Amino acid sequence: MTAFVQWLASTPGSVALHESLYMYPLVESVHVLTLCVFVGLAAILDLRLMGLTLGRTPVSEVARRLLPWMGFGFTIMVITGVMLFYAIPVRSYHSVWFRTKLILLVLAGLNAWLFHARIWRSVSNWDLDPVPPAAARVAGTASLVLWAGIIVTGRMIAYNWFDCDKPQPAAIVFAASCDSYPK
Amino acid sequence: MLFPFFQWCEASTVGNAIRQSLWAFAVIESIHLLGLAAIGGAVLVVDLRMLGLGLRRQPIADLARSVHPWFVGSLAVMLVTGVGLFLSEAVKCYYSTPFWVKISSLALAITFSFTVRRKIALADESRIHPIWYKLVALVSLALWFGVGAGGRWIGFSG
Repeated sequence: MTAFVQWLASTPGSVALHESLYMYPLVESVHVLTLCVFVGLAAILDLRLMGLTLGRTPVSEVARRLLPWMGFGFTIMVITGVMLFYAIPVRSYHSVWFRTKLILLVLAGLNAWLFHARIWRSVSNWDLDPVPPAAARVAGTASLVLWAGIIVTGRMIAYNWFDCDKPQPAAIVFAASCDSYPK
Repeated sequence: MLFPFFQWCEASTVGNAIRQSLWAFAVIESIHLLGLAAIGGAVLVVDLRMLGLGLRRQPIADLARSVHPWFVGSLAVMLVTGVGLFLSEAVKCYYSTPFWVKISSLALAITFSFTVRRKIALADESRIHPIWYKLVALVSLALWFGVGAGGRWIGFSG
């Protein structure tokens, strides 16, 4: 993995993206704005699952009508996210924030999958309930909390408090694999 | 004329405290970003609906009313955290074009949201020509886009 990210950093595309005056900020802006679309609409769905908004709209209606827009935001968010990683691969790979963010992303995916595979099956029983059953409320809350964590850890990647290029406590050295950070 | 005010802001107790803390700016900025995502959802649901997209089977007024507390709540979070961020670097903001773009868009977006857009959203749908909904939604989206993009760009300048 260390060799891979170092090779990635040496590719012309990575260098170009990293050094460009306008492209990097542009990609980052698109990342933030599409995050706003995806997480914003996901939050509406989560709040509906928690029984905190749109009580008069069937849950399935909220999900079905908003999903295409969420998918649109998510796709561009992921593409620009990969580009941001590609621009700064070594530092990102050795960032505790980035690593935490990836873990939270996996958990958010797992939560969505579990929700879809289990809770969603019975949606016709509670579709019209202003406040859905506990399992759906828990899934909505988990999604909201996880995405908030993803946004915060993502934003924190920009800060260098825990970067491997300066002395770090043992826990950080371990969590960020600082031992294999290029000198 | 405005510059002394910006200097005063930067020298204020809160501005100083945020600037001198290692974590404060980052933490406030994160909350600001969470507010942005939340307000994005609250604005988009209604604007998409006005464009005839998204939750198009629901009455516009129903959606607007239901989402309104989340819109106001996230706006409040954004304003409080935004003022904090501004106080910590007011002088930089004074010289930043993106800041002025953002703050003008914000003033227009807030005014528009609580007057024209709210009035149209809550009106009797049968009495409003669809073109007005579309127009209002596009203006709203454009203004909030200016706020978000301008805001992000403050961090890239200077």
